[in-house]
Amino acid sequence: MSPLARRSIYRTSMFVLSVVLVGVLWELYKLIGPEDGGKLFGAAVLPRSNDTAMPHIWSMLSRYGRPEVRGSDRQIWSVVLAGAWFSFRLSVAGFAIGATIGVGLSVLMARFKMVERGLLPYLVVSQTVPLIALAPLIVSWGGKVNIFGFTWPKWLSAAVLGAFLAFFPIAVGTLRGLASAPSASLELMSSYAASWKQTLFKLRFPAAIPFMVPAFKLGASGAVVGVVVAEISTGLKGGIGRLIIEYAREATGDPAKVFTAVFGAAALGLAMAGFVAISDVLLMRNRPKETTT
Amino acid sequence: MRKSSIKLAVAGIAALSLFTAACGGSDDAATDTTAAAAAECAELTPVKLQLQWFTQAQFAGYYAAQDQGFYEAMCLDVTILEGAVDIAPHVVLANGESDFAISWVSKALAGREGGANIVDIAQIFQRSGTLQVSFKDKNITTAADFKGKNIGNWGYGNEFEIFAALTKAGLDPAKDVTLVQQQFDMAGLLAGDIDAAEAMTYNEYAQVLEAVNPDTGALYTAEDFNVVSYEDEGVGMLQDAIWADGSRLSDPAYVDTATKFVAASIQGWAFCRDNTQACTDIVVAKGSKLGASHQLWQMNEVNKLIWPASMGAGMIDSAAWDRTVALSLEAKNLEGGTVLTAAPDAEAHTNDIVTAALALLADMGVDTTGSAFAPITVTLLEGGN
Repeated sequence: MSPLARRSIYRTSMFVLSVVLVGVLWELYKLIGPEDGGKLFGAAVLPRSNDTAMPHIWSMLSRYGRPEVRGSDRQIWSVVLAGAWFSFRLSVAGFAIGATIGVGLSVLMARFKMVERGLLPYLVVSQTVPLIALAPLIVSWGGKVNIFGFTWPKWLSAAVLGAFLAFFPIAVGTLRGLASAPSASLELMSSYAASWKQTLFKLRFPAAIPFMVPAFKLGASGAVVGVVVAEISTGLKGGIGRLIIEYAREATGDPAKVFTAVFGAAALGLAMAGFVAISDVLLMRNRPKETTT
Repeated sequence: MRKSSIKLAVAGIAALSLFTAACGGSDDAATDTTAAAAAECAELTPVKLQLQWFTQAQFAGYYAAQDQGFYEAMCLDVTILEGAVDIAPHVVLANGESDFAISWVSKALAGREGGANIVDIAQIFQRSGTLQVSFKDKNITTAADFKGKNIGNWGYGNEFEIFAALTKAGLDPAKDVTLVQQQFDMAGLLAGDIDAAEAMTYNEYAQVLEAVNPDTGALYTAEDFNVVSYEDEGVGMLQDAIWADGSRLSDPAYVDTATKFVAASIQGWAFCRDNTQACTDIVVAKGSKLGASHQLWQMNEVNKLIWPASMGAGMIDSAAWDRTVALSLEAKNLEGGTVLTAAPDAEAHTNDIVTAALALLADMGVDTTGSAFAPITVTLLEGGN
């Protein structure tokens, strides 16, 4: 067995083990935790362990196999899966937009110090704007913006909100990475009379990859959060965010139902992170193992 | 041999697709008849309606009018826009992104005071559907019993009847009760965090009746709860109404569209009154995620808020309007603020359009008072399924 295969089996089993462990802890707390929650000086400190607040793991899992609503022939797992797939595509679109803008901005900032000084504060400020304040504004572009016969579809607004959260870590991480090329290598490039563009692609980008990969991972999960929040706030139909809010309304009578959608969202985030991790492996496979100093 | 079997498969698929196409054809035929009815119109006027929330039986009349071709018969092509957490219908309407909007009167009037030129042209819900629900052992049967209790409220402008009832009962919302921010489910009431929880007859009240009582293992029943109805307390505020863009009401074409829209919508609500189950099915088919028994309950309760309508559905009762305005001016919330700071001008509502619409419906023989209306009895199942 190759070391790579062994490592991936080890990683997968550790992941499964951690999921099982969380499940065991959940059930253990249900067993020994106070039914109506623990209070300390009148402030709730321990969560309730009753079936409404914390449904059993098996009732959540079995909910997947039952129809979404009675009389419907669609079981919840297929509804959640379809919702997750819808949101996944939006997240990928948002991530792609965010990555393009983020990398573009970082190259600009790396090239021109003036741009970095002028732009970076605005980037930081952009991230302090609450997403829910922005969501209705961007969603109202839907159907109104018309550029050369291209009508802005509603789903694109959700993707843009995903991009809004994704571009920032990518821009900052890539900028840091582009600046990380060792000065000896930069001097070597300039002694070859390499153009800025050649230096960028042959030296700065390869050197930036260790910084870019974690930044892209952050950006990927940011895109998911942006898309799900946009779906919740604007009621975009078809995605996992909309399912969460629709199922949450039934939490009183069918508490397990909302968890099925929440797990769907979690799986979506994992899928996006996995997507980036795979590209990491592909990008890093030709890198020399020794560190370039 | 293999090639011919592939050919056979291709032929089979082709035959199958022809068959499904033929099946689809019967659907087309159905739409063709409605299209034929609308053929008398030179062209359909596009109309956008903004709802307050997701598709549910609260808006069944509009979906029924769309589904049954009532809008089309009036030469309207209506697009229904769903609401969401961050969508305020009166803002969408004032921004010109929709032609009409459904909104509660007090919330929309607050928007009007803020500069949105919107006008109530039809008061679909004649009564308030807001309740305060508590367990029997808390002994809360009137608003005066709220004293010293944890009172749940939703905020976001959905809480003013509570403050009106407290003010009327001589209680100070800041001192005499503990106001608890309530989620949009009833878990807080069942868990005991909230003594009396805010609930709509057609939604949250049904949710508690769909939940399992852990002591008995069966569903909670109406006998387990006391219900304070704000309509009965005399502080009911007008809720779902059709709002129009005031700046366009000087345009005769818009007034004509509004009249037809209101008429077809009321026709839709009359259909829902007489066909509770069919109307519920229409809403479910439009993609509502709520369970079937919950949806039927909602349809039935919403019917009760509309029918019977002694003056005719959609007419704005001036007494109820004045009461809503007065409460919006008087009822103080926790910060001491009121919904409105000044009484709205007379242009904030008009019965002209709904009167014309009702005349239109009278010619068509539609019953718009529903004096013989009798609600059905709905049995809720666990989880509303």
